[in-house]
Amino acid sequence: MPANTNMKIASLAAFHRRQTECAHNLKLEHKKILVCGGTGCVAGGSMDIYARFQELIDKGGYKFVDLELEKEDDEPHVTVKKSGCHGFCEMGPLVRIEPYGILYVKVKPEDADEIFTETIIKGKPVKRLLYTSPDGKTHTTERDIPFYKKQRREVLEHCGAIDAESIGEYIALGGYSAFAKALFQMTPDEVINEIVLSKLRGRGGGGYPTGKKWQQVASQPEPIRYIVCNGDEGDPGAFMDRSVMEGDPHKMLEGMLIAAVACRAQEGFIYVRAEYPLAVRRLRTAIAQAEEWGLLGDRILGSQFSFRIHINQGAGAFVCGEGSALTASIEGNRGMPRVKPPRTVEHGLFDKPTVLNNVETYANIPKIILNGNEWFRSMGTPGSPGTKAFALTGNVNNTGLIEVPMGTSLKEIIYDIGGGIKGGKKFKAVQIGGPSGGCLCLDHEHLDLPLDFDSLKKAGAMIGSGGLVVMDEDTCMVEVARFFMSFTQRESCGKCVPCREGTMRMLRILEKITSGQGTEDDLELLSELADTITDTALCGLGKTASLPVKSTLKYFRDEYLAHVVDKKCPTRACKSMTALVIDPELCKGCTKCARNCPVGAISGKVKEPHAIDQGKCIKCRACIDACNFNAIKEE
Amino acid sequence: MPQSYPEVDAILKAHGLSQSAIISILQEVQKHYRYLPQDVLVYVAKRLGISEAKVYSVATFYDNFSLEPKGKYVIKVCDGTACHVRKSPLILNALRRELGLSAEKTTTDDMMFTLETVSCLGTCGLAPVLTVNDKVYPAMTPEKTEALLKQLKEEAK
Repeated sequence: MPANTNMKIASLAAFHRRQTECAHNLKLEHKKILVCGGTGCVAGGSMDIYARFQELIDKGGYKFVDLELEKEDDEPHVTVKKSGCHGFCEMGPLVRIEPYGILYVKVKPEDADEIFTETIIKGKPVKRLLYTSPDGKTHTTERDIPFYKKQRREVLEHCGAIDAESIGEYIALGGYSAFAKALFQMTPDEVINEIVLSKLRGRGGGGYPTGKKWQQVASQPEPIRYIVCNGDEGDPGAFMDRSVMEGDPHKMLEGMLIAAVACRAQEGFIYVRAEYPLAVRRLRTAIAQAEEWGLLGDRILGSQFSFRIHINQGAGAFVCGEGSALTASIEGNRGMPRVKPPRTVEHGLFDKPTVLNNVETYANIPKIILNGNEWFRSMGTPGSPGTKAFALTGNVNNTGLIEVPMGTSLKEIIYDIGGGIKGGKKFKAVQIGGPSGGCLCLDHEHLDLPLDFDSLKKAGAMIGSGGLVVMDEDTCMVEVARFFMSFTQRESCGKCVPCREGTMRMLRILEKITSGQGTEDDLELLSELADTITDTALCGLGKTASLPVKSTLKYFRDEYLAHVVDKKCPTRACKSMTALVIDPELCKGCTKCARNCPVGAISGKVKEPHAIDQGKCIKCRACIDACNFNAIKEE
Repeated sequence: MPQSYPEVDAILKAHGLSQSAIISILQEVQKHYRYLPQDVLVYVAKRLGISEAKVYSVATFYDNFSLEPKGKYVIKVCDGTACHVRKSPLILNALRRELGLSAEKTTTDDMMFTLETVSCLGTCGLAPVLTVNDKVYPAMTPEKTEALLKQLKEEAK
């Protein structure tokens, strides 16, 4: 965006004028090519596709509409934009063509020319690039695709549909109207009251009522207050917040601004994890634009209200997702949780009252202010209103980012949206809520379990930040429990004994079981340790660290028993209990396996069957990958 | 202190010598040197007016900071849940094998490659993934990984 000092909006009237101008300019964009600019599609080469479209547009004499320059031009335009994540990451890179709503999947840079001549110029879809569902049906528009049909996109409404780097486009679609309403037409108490009535609950995992939090901060005597956004999305298998920060950064900023108006705060901080460089770049751009347009900084929109937002990058510590650890990290300390109370709302960042919400929570705010609390409560369940974004991953056909009303059943998510299990395998379990969550299986009553805060808690899991990892029949649940325990053990900050020592003990026991050395007594010990850690750990992360073990012990006890009694891993995932053997009938003696073995465990003469020395074999399976004759099997 | 560090001075100045900016300062220092050299940490502590122990405590708490020099190419294999269930350990093994590295030894002797694991890169839709100096490589297999290594070695020549 060109530097332009005249861009500052100095009054509410000027804001409305700017909005009309932006909307007018947006209408002039006759045909739009939205290339997904989310991390996933960028990794798939979407920026090369973007560049090729830009070249084609330049060559064809088409002009870009520059929303920021308020250029008036009544000729129909073609534009190409970098959008946020569409959510359908499995099929990336994605390209959407408006106004047709056509969605192209797995696009390559060399496809750009054909899309341009066929769709942009002639208005016809390119059939071979459309999405074909497993049942063989081809779907032209995003709306037709089963993956999207059952979704309700409110928080993610703009992700994939607008230019993620343009404040003008966000404003053209009604952006910052909610903030203007909160600033000029509502008192801070009215704003808070609206959020209280909406019953919005924190989307970061705990599900604490957001309005109550704001009330508590607003009622503090201390006049200096902070608004902090937790973008430290550390749960493995979760990327909802990343997608919002990358795809619709202004929506989150607007939510923070409204929180600042409501709680009369002066400064805001966004804590983003280091693994999200693109999110940091997009947020920086968005903040710079908002400052330039007079929506951040001193005397915003000509009012008495001033607010600034800073970005803090994490440095790779999972525990910093915990509130008091996060504020400690922003202050420049080791990110360790402290004993509560006092709570963050009283003594938060720099010891001042602090509103600490997560990305998705803030992104929910503007629409509640604009549409009212009744609208929000019309979605979801009475106890958990609204929608929730989930990252659907693992062994499922359609992985990606989804948003559904709270209370949608697991079955609908996995089968209707997710398209079932990959490779026609059998479903086994779904892990929800990351290392603090639990594993649920559909054989039990979980099939119709509605996903909301309270139902999940009852089932022994938690919504967490919203990662849903689907596991098929080949997944060993004991191994999964070990995997999560090794994660928590590694990430334990070490401050309190139950978490530091307890997770280590649990991990050792799980390692013992997965290596075939476990006994039935170990299962009892595991349960006991799990309960003790939950009761005594200092912070939320420690308290929930044993959930993956508890839930697998509860729902997959058979598998644990198979490991400790029969000394067998039913899925053959635990390598210590299996042996790799070469079938002499199938082995052609090509020597490829012996050459690929890292430890020299395979011997044999050329053109004669080879054999594996079990004493040397480390079960890395390199030989299986190398063998062209499928002669090596696990037993 | 015999040495001067003009680059570090510029970083410190950009952060207004603020003690609370220590994490950002160390991140930029590490970007410059590819690790946190001991003498620089001592210098940063002195300039910020905080104890060496404080700087050391921060530098050793966060995973992203390294007190050891890293290789030219930092390969991070994602071992998040989604990558794990889509068999990322096989990729890690393939890389360790090719580079002669292990969980303990993470950098090659020629200082060309550092191999690390990362808990989740948030690109679970493309699992399993790895990154080389922050560039994401999606849907990896042991074969693709070997080809990528070959390409990087060519590039480095």
